[in-house]
Amino acid sequence: MATLNQGAQPGKAVKQHTPLPERVWKVLVWGATVFFLINVLLLIATVAVNSVATRWFGTLLPQGFTLHWYAQAWSDFQLASVLWVTVEVVGAVVILSVLLGVPAAYALARVQFPGKRFVVLVFLLPLMVPPVTYGIPMATVMYKIGLAGTLPGVIFANLVPALPFVILVMTPFIEQIDPNLEAAARIFGANTFRYFRYVLLPLLVPGMLAAGLLVLVRTIGMFELTFFTAGPGTQTLVVALYYAVFSTGVRAPQSIDAMAMIYMAITLVWVLIALQFVSPTQIVSRVKEQKR
Amino acid sequence: MNTPALSPPLVARDTKGWLVAPALLFIVALFIYPFAYGLVLSFQPMNGGGVWANYVAFFTDTSMWPTILVTLKLAVPATLINVGVSVPVAFALRRSSPYQKLVTTLLVIPVTLGTVLIADGMLTYFGPNGWFPQALQGLHLYTDEVRLTHNYWGVLISLIVSGFPFAFLLTLSYVTGIDPTLASAAATLGASPWQQFRRIYLPLLVPGLTMAACLSFVQAFSVFPSAVLLGAPAGPTRVMSIAAAEAAFESYDYSLASCIAMVMGFVQLLVVAGMLGARRFFYSGPVTGGKG
Repeated sequence: MATLNQGAQPGKAVKQHTPLPERVWKVLVWGATVFFLINVLLLIATVAVNSVATRWFGTLLPQGFTLHWYAQAWSDFQLASVLWVTVEVVGAVVILSVLLGVPAAYALARVQFPGKRFVVLVFLLPLMVPPVTYGIPMATVMYKIGLAGTLPGVIFANLVPALPFVILVMTPFIEQIDPNLEAAARIFGANTFRYFRYVLLPLLVPGMLAAGLLVLVRTIGMFELTFFTAGPGTQTLVVALYYAVFSTGVRAPQSIDAMAMIYMAITLVWVLIALQFVSPTQIVSRVKEQKR
Repeated sequence: MNTPALSPPLVARDTKGWLVAPALLFIVALFIYPFAYGLVLSFQPMNGGGVWANYVAFFTDTSMWPTILVTLKLAVPATLINVGVSVPVAFALRRSSPYQKLVTTLLVIPVTLGTVLIADGMLTYFGPNGWFPQALQGLHLYTDEVRLTHNYWGVLISLIVSGFPFAFLLTLSYVTGIDPTLASAAATLGASPWQQFRRIYLPLLVPGLTMAACLSFVQAFSVFPSAVLLGAPAGPTRVMSIAAAEAAFESYDYSLASCIAMVMGFVQLLVVAGMLGARRFFYSGPVTGGKG
């Protein structure tokens, strides 16, 4: 009580009795939020409208509508092969990151071993250092050993941020599984394999699902690392989109936006699926949201 | 001679600790090694010269060293805006409500879509004939020609569109992590919302906000696709990542590219260390004072 009253500046104490500045402030905060959201939604709507426009120049809405650009984009950008590469890369990254990440998370959650703090630091670094900074030395090494431009090269590059992400999502998840379950299973005669198969694995599945979905959403949109390491035949959808936007003028802008819509549809479907299992905060960071 | 009794559990521990090895090996091979390789390579200039030739070239070439300033000029305002605005918005949405759910879900969209798609949408939406300039002129808010793409503002806006949701979701997770009963107690003692924020939330938020600011800055500092697509990559928005990518993938000077990447990492490290140091310097007082 004493601290609060002493600390309050005289000017601020007045506000306590006049709710008007408070109301103005509230309107300001909400106004800014709504303004931002409306602009983001309109920005996306622009892409959607342009992708079905016949001709659109300086008017509110285009002159006519057509679905022809989707067919055009499909052949212009060889989307069939690009999409297949994307599926291969994202699928491999999700599977490999979970396969490699869950055992590592288990070790970090359950076992004390020398140098554990150092190991945790090594796993944290790829999430702290931005992809552009480490992507260039990584691409250099990959070009040197001939891995760049190949499908495994792109998969490995995308695994670098995905694997630590899985580990950091799974470690607290495994920590909250009761270790007494293992003792109980052993007492009933389960060997390590049976304990893993019938006790641990069923408990791990929800966490693995969440981690896998988060990695999936992040890998579809991962631009820099794929851009640095992909060759002409190993571009994922987001890199193909970048090249299309980069060389605007070569293709009709509506065709580019049709491809953008395909990219957006794929991403948003997976985001909606992911949001059934994880909180929005988990998509951007490993911060665990408090349950309330 | 009592070691046999002790050794079985120790052996069991060690074998489980090895579960971390595959993941650790992978990160060392594809993250730590390339980083070390890049660091060494940056001291081995492609065109000969001394050990420091690349760094000397970088800091004397007028197409190189100003990129640091250009990048800072984009990243610092973007970080300040993103973190600065997300604090009041997250504070307004701190209680679990349908609004909170709606806003967080909508804000996940720009984060997951990624900078390439945002850049594509912004080119049309903020372009000379887009909806945004049309609306400004229709409402007579701004009568001159609106130029928001292919310059500094385009890149800054794109950094806000993708960076604000990121900073907000992080900040929200920190705000919701603070026990609301603390603020209720303060309110019972007569603290206004502003005083609750200033005296209860802010001191508890400082560590989280510093983290959010660091991550936002690092992300903004490594801006790449939007600086190319929405900016003027030859001039006002020639950021460090463009210079590095050009050196690596256009002039195939991996040594110089690694040097630029190292300088980039170093500047990021410097700013992050500065922010962490500033937190300790400025905010250690109020936190302890609040408890007293």
